[in-house]
Amino acid sequence: MASGPATTTPAGSAEPNHGRRIIGWWIASSIVATPLVAIFLGPAIPPGNGSTQGTEQVFDNTWMVSTITPVICLLAVFFLYGLRTFRAPAGAVVDGPPLRSDTRIQVLWIAATSVIVLFFAGFGSYELLQNGAGGGQGPSPVAVPSGQKLEVQVIGQQWNWTFRYPSLGGAESDQLVLPANTYIELHVTSLDVVHSFWAYELGVKADANPDTDNVAYVQTKDPRTFHVRCAELCGLFHGYMVRNGRVVDSATWHAWAKKAEANYQPVAKFMPPYAHTYLPDPQRRAG
Amino acid sequence: MTIARRLIGFNLFGGIVLGIAGWYAGWYGAHEVVGPSLDYFGDIDYNELSVVLAYLGGVVGFLAGLGFFNYPWARLRGYPPTLREKETEGIGRYFGVCTDHKVVGIQYLWGIGLFFLIGGLNAMLIRFELLRPSHQVFPSGTYLTIVGLHGTMMMGMMTSGILGPFGNYLVPIMIGARRMAFPRIEALTFWLLMAAGVVLETTIFFGGFPTGWTGYVPLANEANPGMDNYLIFFALVGISMTLLGLNMIATIVTMRAPGLTWTRLPIFVWGVLSTAVLMVLAAPVLIATLGMELLDRTAQTTFFIASGGGSNYLYQNLFWVFGHPEVYILALPGFAIVLELLPVFARKPLWGYRLAVAGLMGVALLSWMVWQHHLFVSGINGDLRPFYMLSTELISIPTGFTFLCGMMTLWRGQIRFTVPMLFCLAWFFNFLIGGLSGVFLSDVPSDVTTHGSFFSMAHFHYTIMGGLVFTFMAAIYYWVPKMTGYQLNERLGKIHFWTMFVFFNSTFAPLFAAGFLGQPRRVNNYSLGLQFLNDWVSVSAFLLGLSMLLFLYNLISSLAFAKVPAPANPWDSKSIEFQLPSPVPVHNFDRIPVFSSDPYGYGEPAAPVAMPAGAPAGRD
Repeated sequence: MASGPATTTPAGSAEPNHGRRIIGWWIASSIVATPLVAIFLGPAIPPGNGSTQGTEQVFDNTWMVSTITPVICLLAVFFLYGLRTFRAPAGAVVDGPPLRSDTRIQVLWIAATSVIVLFFAGFGSYELLQNGAGGGQGPSPVAVPSGQKLEVQVIGQQWNWTFRYPSLGGAESDQLVLPANTYIELHVTSLDVVHSFWAYELGVKADANPDTDNVAYVQTKDPRTFHVRCAELCGLFHGYMVRNGRVVDSATWHAWAKKAEANYQPVAKFMPPYAHTYLPDPQRRAG
Repeated sequence: MTIARRLIGFNLFGGIVLGIAGWYAGWYGAHEVVGPSLDYFGDIDYNELSVVLAYLGGVVGFLAGLGFFNYPWARLRGYPPTLREKETEGIGRYFGVCTDHKVVGIQYLWGIGLFFLIGGLNAMLIRFELLRPSHQVFPSGTYLTIVGLHGTMMMGMMTSGILGPFGNYLVPIMIGARRMAFPRIEALTFWLLMAAGVVLETTIFFGGFPTGWTGYVPLANEANPGMDNYLIFFALVGISMTLLGLNMIATIVTMRAPGLTWTRLPIFVWGVLSTAVLMVLAAPVLIATLGMELLDRTAQTTFFIASGGGSNYLYQNLFWVFGHPEVYILALPGFAIVLELLPVFARKPLWGYRLAVAGLMGVALLSWMVWQHHLFVSGINGDLRPFYMLSTELISIPTGFTFLCGMMTLWRGQIRFTVPMLFCLAWFFNFLIGGLSGVFLSDVPSDVTTHGSFFSMAHFHYTIMGGLVFTFMAAIYYWVPKMTGYQLNERLGKIHFWTMFVFFNSTFAPLFAAGFLGQPRRVNNYSLGLQFLNDWVSVSAFLLGLSMLLFLYNLISSLAFAKVPAPANPWDSKSIEFQLPSPVPVHNFDRIPVFSSDPYGYGEPAAPVAMPAGAPAGRD
């Protein structure tokens, strides 16, 4: 794309048309490589299909990695061809042609990169605003999926996670248990320093800031297990801040919920009032 | 006896002596005067304030011992102003305040090189710990301190990695001047940086710091007194950067020789200028932020403490307002070096000069509008994320200008594969991967998984190590023969290049996978399944370290032992510094040159030589 007009061979010279060759190789390699990347590499990029948001991220990654494949092909072809062809004879210092600039190439290059960039930004924004892509959106989320949601508060502290279920009378658990095929509304907060709640297989990440409610949405799919890690440096045992989570089917969820609520009942009356709500108190708007 | 007599005076030795004295003055001052009055210090034998005042006293003492206060003191006593100090020959000038910009450049090269080596050794320790998925050798606190020391040293010290040695040395020569605009400030930036390096490394005596190079609160508020070392280090680096940037801007704007118009300026000078603008505007934000954090820790203010009416988001915002221009402070000089060297080794004029300048300036401008992409999942300004996604991705347009200009300069050239050229060509490979992986991080849906993982760590190592350190090496192989007068061994240089290129990629490419597979940054405990990947990376990193040792061996053996004199113009360059003898004489030019073209006239008939002899002497 960059090389077209500069290839005008000087009259009488036996030099081949490098630009045409490079463009030919570029198109050929892109035609071969791009579908391979789109079909095989893209869908294999994590986080996988653990949730609707995870699937969207994989879709997003597939688009991006397919779009940048021709760019990589162009540079690969240019350098493989150029560095073989445009070598100085051994030991000699010869000047090349004094080409200073070419407006057509510049315009073409700027237009092409602009189109790619604007496509990425538009595509990413569209994907993001659909339902938040699993990222933390702060106390007043902009991408709110419609319908019923199960609210879960995620509380980070050095160096542990606690999960509180307001709909179960404020029952708390050290394991994140979620019903399958349900929209979850996660309220992430912290008791001390900044943590980051990362449910890897579900494609969810939201920073846990003290006195802040960071909301993220995720729609679970089939039953599975997943890992919860901390993704923001939080002190000594940051690397050990790992929890397991389960997505379970409806019957298991109801049984677990009933048990959790019953277990928590005797404790609930001794707990301070704020333990019965999922929102941190006092609420602060981030930024 | 004579040695002892020569040590006494205003030099590095005096600086160290007075630095230690100042340190203890601050330490006991805080203890005796302030300490007892604050009851919460109780019976611990140090307090935050004593550490802070000790280091501030130490830095002031160090500068006094070096002689930085002599001139202001002389002026106060009524002596007339002078322009320069101690511009002499001999080895002694490297160990004191010297206002010769070439001496400062070489001081920077070795000083920054020393701390770069320490930072690199820290990286080796990190990779050693990560050989096993669980606890290997260091306790968690030590591990985090090592991670923090590595990151902070590299991000703090290496911001001046190109502008310090090569900017100071080359910019006055390239613009046809005999000195920088503010020679004493130039010397000050270097010695401040050395003091800062010592402040950072001595954090190990105060418990280290757990926050990595970002120093996030509230973690920083609850950290050991070693945290203060981090804050003072980075603030000193910030001061040094601001002064360095100001000096560069003033020099480039006001001291260009006759005929050196803006469109004839070497592209390296443009790169320095764009970087200097970023430094001057970004570093004060850092200084202010760290000052506030220092007050939070010592004077019980609550700028960043949510429960006291502050906000930890404020810290994150301010830090990244500095932090994102900062990464372009690291990257832009690399762009400029690539564009400066390609014409020499492709024997063609720089293609698209104006576009290349627009690229550098465009990146510098856009880098101010992107900082919240570091906070995509933090819960701040959720509604602004599409904007920051767009602005972040827009940066790839001016970055693409650099690629286009570089590639079109190679186009139909007569390429010589010298060592500096190989490092420049590797820049294209590394920065392409670094840049394209940045696209994933700039895209919020993809960033949700990659944020804070080894993916982002691999990304910025590709851009900074692959972008900055590779071009730093290119600059060393290209300009050090000019700076020292001795050739570097070409054969060792090629072995160094190929080992560094291979093991660099073998170290950092697998980390993209590790990040995608769920390994967070800065952990010393990771999934069992990732051990093979991490072991591979660790072994590659050790080999990369060996490659750097090979480079060090080459540098020392070539400059200290082999001592093959370098010709004045070993690369047949048309740039003005190569028209001067090697090494460059003390006052650069006998006569100030007059420029009639840019230094890229390769293959152009009757290109005027950059340095005719006819300009009037006497301009300083």
